[in-house]
Amino acid sequence: MRTTPSPEAAAPVLATQARLPALARPVRQGLWGLGLVALALSISAAVSIGAVSIPLGTVWGVIANRVAPSLVTPDWSAGRAAIVWDIRLPRALLAALVGAGLALVGAVLQAVTRNPLADPHLLGISSGAAFGAILALLHTGMFLGLATVPLLAFLGALGSTALVLSVASFAQATSADRLVLTGVAVSFIVMALANVLIFLGDPRAAHTVVFWMLGGFGLAQWAHLIWPALILGMAALWFRAVAGSLNAMTIGDETASTLGIPVARFRITCFVVAALVTGVMVAFSGVIGFVGLMIPHIVRLVVGGDNARVLPAAMLVGAIFLVWADIVARTLMRPEDMPIGIVTGLIGGVFFIWLLRRRARG
Amino acid sequence: MSCPPPAPAALRLEQIAWGDGILQPVSLSLAPGRVLGVLGANGAGKSTLLRLIYRFHTPQSGRALLDGQDVHAMPARAVAQRVAAVLQEQPTDFALTVAEIVALGRAPHRRALSGPSARDAHVVEHALARLSLLDFAQRPFGTLSGGERQRVMVARALAQEPGLIVLDEPTNHLDIRHQLEVLRLVRGLGATVVASLHDLNLVQGFADDLLVLQGGRALAFGPVAQVLTPDLIARAFGVRAHPRGPAQFDFSLFDDMQQERQA
Repeated sequence: MRTTPSPEAAAPVLATQARLPALARPVRQGLWGLGLVALALSISAAVSIGAVSIPLGTVWGVIANRVAPSLVTPDWSAGRAAIVWDIRLPRALLAALVGAGLALVGAVLQAVTRNPLADPHLLGISSGAAFGAILALLHTGMFLGLATVPLLAFLGALGSTALVLSVASFAQATSADRLVLTGVAVSFIVMALANVLIFLGDPRAAHTVVFWMLGGFGLAQWAHLIWPALILGMAALWFRAVAGSLNAMTIGDETASTLGIPVARFRITCFVVAALVTGVMVAFSGVIGFVGLMIPHIVRLVVGGDNARVLPAAMLVGAIFLVWADIVARTLMRPEDMPIGIVTGLIGGVFFIWLLRRRARG
Repeated sequence: MSCPPPAPAALRLEQIAWGDGILQPVSLSLAPGRVLGVLGANGAGKSTLLRLIYRFHTPQSGRALLDGQDVHAMPARAVAQRVAAVLQEQPTDFALTVAEIVALGRAPHRRALSGPSARDAHVVEHALARLSLLDFAQRPFGTLSGGERQRVMVARALAQEPGLIVLDEPTNHLDIRHQLEVLRLVRGLGATVVASLHDLNLVQGFADDLLVLQGGRALAFGPVAQVLTPDLIARAFGVRAHPRGPAQFDFSLFDDMQQERQA
């Protein structure tokens, strides 16, 4: 006695066919356009605002002149052009790249660990990256040229990721909170070791420690942008291509495997790519906390949970957020630069408490 | 768009075993479209057996054949196109909507780097409609009740267009009405079904065949009426079974009764 599907059951399907995909697509595309404009304006503002204020028109003029010299005739001083092109623009772009990268990594880690508290900083990945970068800068020398620092930062990030995962598994720490506690513990240890490296090798140790622990974009140069940009671009394309698998991972390992996903290998690959992105970002900006934790949550409130939308949106919002956080860090105690980690720590810490409260209620 | 139901698969287990005696060799054969209930006390090896069928565990010995092909020799994706599973795992709340979760079932049918096709959208809507979830399509999964969530997970499995659906305790944590509803829905899907259950009273009217496990061993396999005897229940669960005690009820859904009255 087998019941076959009745024609009545199929009829309402046709009536509602248009409902799902049609929902608010123009609105969504509008939001994207708005976001990109907001990012461009934020970067422009970051270049304009500073100890010497430069009008937006001049900012765009200098950039246009650099990109296509025939297009604009300079009506600004060489000094101003240098501030815009050599100092502030690479700095703003680095902030945007790092913000996009950390937010992307945060969203991916949250999906593959099914842990809403996952974040490259809280899981100790950033500390490992800082350890690697410091080792390269102060102890090994640039044996591979400019790639030395990002490469060792990547290896450090990979090492601390492996450490966190193995400690978490021997401590049977499968729950969300315990994985984070393990990450924080490993993070403390690795950061302490990194600081030992600094005091062994740097006469201006205290200053250097502050940079690595709290981050900053003060060292941004055009020549350095290539690595973060390249790695971020490739990682973003790959993560976006596997967004469906990331969605499946949020249901559970076994269900994901019944959808044809090689779960263990996929998760490890995600961790390695996440360590790569984190490593490269930390190598040029130090450890900046809470961006990867905070941004994906905010983005999900707006675009929903589908990673095909979450990942690009998190990158966009993360970029805008760090550009503005850097503006605050540069201007609050003008002309002194405040480490950007102070700004993200203040905002992110409050956000973390809000998140814990929400989880406790939910 | 035409959407013919996929052909139900034939399942054959040949002396399949796992984990040094956690599951001792089990053999059975299930014709296409049959519904198999797997019964047993906690720790009897029900979940282990299911994991072997949906290719999460690799058998220590023996084989699981799907339409004559060894499941563990097939690529994961090929199996995922024929076998779907409704497990006890529940999505972490990452704000996925019901429609997005159901759409995950299309993943094994999609080529790398390509987005959802018109046919994917159609199959997803069809699965939502079959489980009366169209009104929930845009709701976040986290806002649903237990019964609604289970329906979403069944719809997700259905979107996979499987020939075989494996369900691990599909009635867990549901009240009696939702238990009956889910089982009736599963029975009506047209696929071959393997479902583990621990409620003896739900087996009748749901399963065609029954496999009873105890301590990792198969006690009996066959049509429900032949297998489900007081003696067997005593051996499998360690309780005495009274065929029809004074304080027992038979449960059914209201519309069944109405149909009966009308008849």
